[in-house]
Amino acid sequence: MNWYGVKAIYFFEMARAWHTLMQSIASPVLSTSLYFVVFGSAIGSRMGEIDNISYGAFIIPGLVMLSLLSQSISNASFGIFFPKFSGTIYEVLSAPVSPFEIALGYVGAAASKSIILGLITLLTARIFVDYSIAHPFWMLIFLILTSVTFSLFGFMIGIWADDFQKLQIIPLMIVTPLTFLGGAFYSITMLPEPWQSITLFNPVVYLISGFRWSFYDVADVNIVLCIAMTLTFLALCLGGIYWIFKTGYRLKS
Amino acid sequence: MSSIINIRDINKTYRSGFEALKCINLDINRGEIFALLGPNGAGKTTLISIICGIVNASAGSISADGFDIEKDYRQARSKIGLVPQELTTDAFETVWATVRFSRGLFGKAANDAYLEKILKQLSLWEKKDAKIRELSGGMKRRVMIAKALSHQPLILFLDEPTAGVDVELRRDMWEMVRDLREQGVTIVLTTHYIEEAEEMADRIGVINKGSIILVEEKCELMSKLGQKTLVIQLQSAIANIPTSLEQYSLELSSDGYDVKYRYDMQQDDNGIAALLADLNLAKLQVKDFHSSQSSLEDIFVNLVHSADKPAT
Repeated sequence: MNWYGVKAIYFFEMARAWHTLMQSIASPVLSTSLYFVVFGSAIGSRMGEIDNISYGAFIIPGLVMLSLLSQSISNASFGIFFPKFSGTIYEVLSAPVSPFEIALGYVGAAASKSIILGLITLLTARIFVDYSIAHPFWMLIFLILTSVTFSLFGFMIGIWADDFQKLQIIPLMIVTPLTFLGGAFYSITMLPEPWQSITLFNPVVYLISGFRWSFYDVADVNIVLCIAMTLTFLALCLGGIYWIFKTGYRLKS
Repeated sequence: MSSIINIRDINKTYRSGFEALKCINLDINRGEIFALLGPNGAGKTTLISIICGIVNASAGSISADGFDIEKDYRQARSKIGLVPQELTTDAFETVWATVRFSRGLFGKAANDAYLEKILKQLSLWEKKDAKIRELSGGMKRRVMIAKALSHQPLILFLDEPTAGVDVELRRDMWEMVRDLREQGVTIVLTTHYIEEAEEMADRIGVINKGSIILVEEKCELMSKLGQKTLVIQLQSAIANIPTSLEQYSLELSSDGYDVKYRYDMQQDDNGIAALLADLNLAKLQVKDFHSSQSSLEDIFVNLVHSADKPAT
């Protein structure tokens, strides 16, 4: 195992976030805070409770998840896309690092940034809304699993994309709508049939539901199913990464 | 001399069907400077990229310092440093950060004293905290060399290292390459500047259309394939070469004063004495004469052109 190589990639990526602090941390925290102000404090104060939870507190897990998903994908995809775009990927490909180590470095850094961002977002939410965490251990597990899974997903997007438009298209056209429709702002039990059944095909439902359960001990979907779905998506992403490095897809000619 | 890189039956066919390399067999000797020459698209960069692990070969095997580049890729790659043709740098990072990154990536523990030495050797120490985008093209090229050297490689690939570099920096780089060779580093360079290969290389390989057409010691190549030209200046201009001198295949200059005679340096009897005697018999008076040797560039052009000609 080339730990020096993993460390080099990890800290190089983390340093890049530090150089672009406004874009990496301040900007997503600000936009999430605006959601809290608008939906949590302003509109939320006029809305009724959902599952005995104030609306402002109810949307916190969903908003953190929204930020977590988009930032994990964006950090990881840009992390690998930029060396490809600038041509510096030659160095990583010619170094004595295995595909697993490369992914560990890039995905580890992207997931770390997302976790830090998720925790900052949670702390920021406290300024606007009062909330509690029923299962802190599981909250952290969901936070980590989701960050890692979507960082892997973002890493694949970064390898697949050969221009900036492709880099943005999946996060904007697929992930964001799935997150909004995955119960970030409502309980899926509020949906009429057949939408309630259709929405169960949205994988983000399980992430938000599981994460919300760790906060308030209530979930739209069985918690075991939530964990199983999260792990399934993680396994699929790991399989995808393995295939990419095995075949050299979009990396080696 | 033992070889440090063994290339056996390497083929590369791209998905488009383009055959970039055709059954390449080549040994690079330990501690030598090997220049790989070839026209654009000949396969130089593809071959280097395969050795370094950036491009997959379609067939064949390569070992670096005894390690197979696929099975023992960690050991093989840790011995190799690469300076690619394109100026691909982390534009927004500092020189110091990017060089440290390279060392770590290649599995070496941090060694700031060594990196300082490299940066000083390459006149980059003063710029260590500068962002790479702020540097000139020549300085960026030095950064790429520093990155390639950061993990103390045994083999250094320089793919067109002095392309777009000014004369002074080119001389500095030549000096640095010689120093590295003194330290035991094997250097493989591709270049468009034949003068560069002529100046530095111990051996020369010529690749054209994906095939190695020649590998030879530089001195031997120059003497074996190099021709000499004797230019004879006449007292009076002539309109045509006399028929009695046809056997010498002489070339007459447009003003009719100079006669050029090409001869092979390898032949014991180069024919000069007979030519001078025949000139005298033809009543052509010689005013002056001088000889010149063909450069590596002439040899290279001849080799590539004769390889391009269809067999008759």
